[in-house]
Amino acid sequence: MGWFSKKKKASPDPTKSKDVFVQCSRCHAHIFLEEWKEQVKVCPRCNFHDRLSARERLDLLIDAGSFHELGKDIRPGDPLLFADARGSYAEKAEAARAKTGMNEAVLAGHGRLNKLHTAIAIMDFRFLGGSLGGSTGEKILMTTEYAAGHKLPCIIVSASGGARMHEGMVSLMQMAKTCAGVARLRQRNLPLISVMTDPTTGGVSASYAMVGDFHLAEPGALIGFAGRRVIEQTIKQKLPDDFQTAEYLQEHGFIDCIVQRTELKSLLHSLLVYCGCS
Amino acid sequence: MLDFEKDLSVLDQRIDELKQLSEQGEADFSAEIENLAAKQRQIAKRVYADLTPWQTVQVARHPQRPVLRDWIGLLFSDFIELHGDRCFGDDAAIIGGFATLENRRLMLIGHQKGKNVDENMERNFGMARPEGYRKALRLMKLAEKFSLPVVCFIDTPGAYPGMDAEARGQAEAIANNILEMSTLKTPILVLVTGEGGSGGALGIGVGDTILMMQHAIYSVISPEGCASILWRDGNRASDAAAALKLTAASLMELRLVDEIVPEPPGGAHRNDEATAASIRTVLLEHLKRLTRIPVSKLITRRFDKYAKIGQPL
Ligand SMILES: [Zn+2]
Repeated sequence: MGWFSKKKKASPDPTKSKDVFVQCSRCHAHIFLEEWKEQVKVCPRCNFHDRLSARERLDLLIDAGSFHELGKDIRPGDPLLFADARGSYAEKAEAARAKTGMNEAVLAGHGRLNKLHTAIAIMDFRFLGGSLGGSTGEKILMTTEYAAGHKLPCIIVSASGGARMHEGMVSLMQMAKTCAGVARLRQRNLPLISVMTDPTTGGVSASYAMVGDFHLAEPGALIGFAGRRVIEQTIKQKLPDDFQTAEYLQEHGFIDCIVQRTELKSLLHSLLVYCGCS
Repeated sequence: MLDFEKDLSVLDQRIDELKQLSEQGEADFSAEIENLAAKQRQIAKRVYADLTPWQTVQVARHPQRPVLRDWIGLLFSDFIELHGDRCFGDDAAIIGGFATLENRRLMLIGHQKGKNVDENMERNFGMARPEGYRKALRLMKLAEKFSLPVVCFIDTPGAYPGMDAEARGQAEAIANNILEMSTLKTPILVLVTGEGGSGGALGIGVGDTILMMQHAIYSVISPEGCASILWRDGNRASDAAAALKLTAASLMELRLVDEIVPEPPGGAHRNDEATAASIRTVLLEHLKRLTRIPVSKLITRRFDKYAKIGQPL
């Protein structure tokens, strides 16, 4: 068993060619790397949807060669000059940039989805937990404003733990800033499709992710406002396992469709066609 | 009583004793009472001029600090409370209704905390559920319809983190309020009176002008929560409070707040009438100003106000 037991979880480093298998972090099945890639990081045994980077998501959704990035050089600001016991926010942001090759937790731009023009913003959980800082909000607003200005639909794929504490109230106010952008899409009758992926919580769930015309979610994604631990401490009881899953939210009326990753692009296309996009 | 209020409360007791003696006709202590009161004002001024961020958090949460019901009594007349979200229920943690400030009619909405255990049980410590946010939005829409300005009083530890609140869509309720408030076609004036607790505050906190009481706080996360995550130690809340820049003065510097409403020395709870007077002056001045701006201009300005927050330099 030794040769593959070293792999603890999904997301193998593709540069290590000897990795022939990937182990699903939910059911622990060993999946051929080829199959894993073909399924876009979805386990064929248990349907676990592993997290995608923003680039991987972009490749999944946007026609090759059609993407034009917006706000590529926008980096996190440090309005509070924040530091905690383990170091400064500036250092953490720098480390996130080095790790992900991104300047912020969102990839923004416009491109074609099965030939249909759309504005799109995709969050990347690897960048400081997809937290919503001033520059994150800026890029979301940039995307909605681009859509509003060019009469395009807008797609936002969320993956976020919530507010970015290190930016204090500047972070909280991004909820208002991004929703103000969404309001402008509504005024112009332009569709906003919110795709919630694992996880979509806190300040992101309580702002642009939850005010779409259409709410899509990936199977099993964690979606909710308050954290599980905080709720359990407050109500002093254990929460059911399915609490705050995409399925739970759909049952309670907050999600239109739960969609398999491999079918996401075609569903988005169909919705855009119904909305009259061309 | 807070640590840094000890000297003040010792004087409180002494003054009370002398007053009682005076009333019993033992002797006339009025000169000495006035003396002590003057000394007390001096101490209050000194202590409150120099509160640390963590002390400010404690003042903002002070059990005797006036709550919305108190402010309604002190500031407004003809309050008609309007109940319910027309969908699920009536949340006692957010209340609202028509109110009159001098001769100005308006829609008043705010978090309602309690001042004792029973009240706090009833008001859920000012932590609203989705139906509270939806009721607030319903009232805002009424204000829009009848061209009344909206005034929001913020005082909450945060939105209620409970299973029922999640099931009924806490995130959606807050998000929808924030979105609707960004384009509501009537002036919105926001005053943070005590605790501005994160999304639960912002859910009724988007507006044209954001005011903050001198000793109020407004934060993306509680200092305790921040300390337990970033310091891995909930007891480092005072460090977190400083780092989060959650005081009115810090938020003025960051340009996230438009004006600070001064409190008398010793804080609002030591002199609620003087505090109410300064709130009244500031509210009237801004209502007068905001109601003169054409609505379309107001909404463009509101958008610009939020769009520039956190813009990269
Ligand atoms: Zn699996």
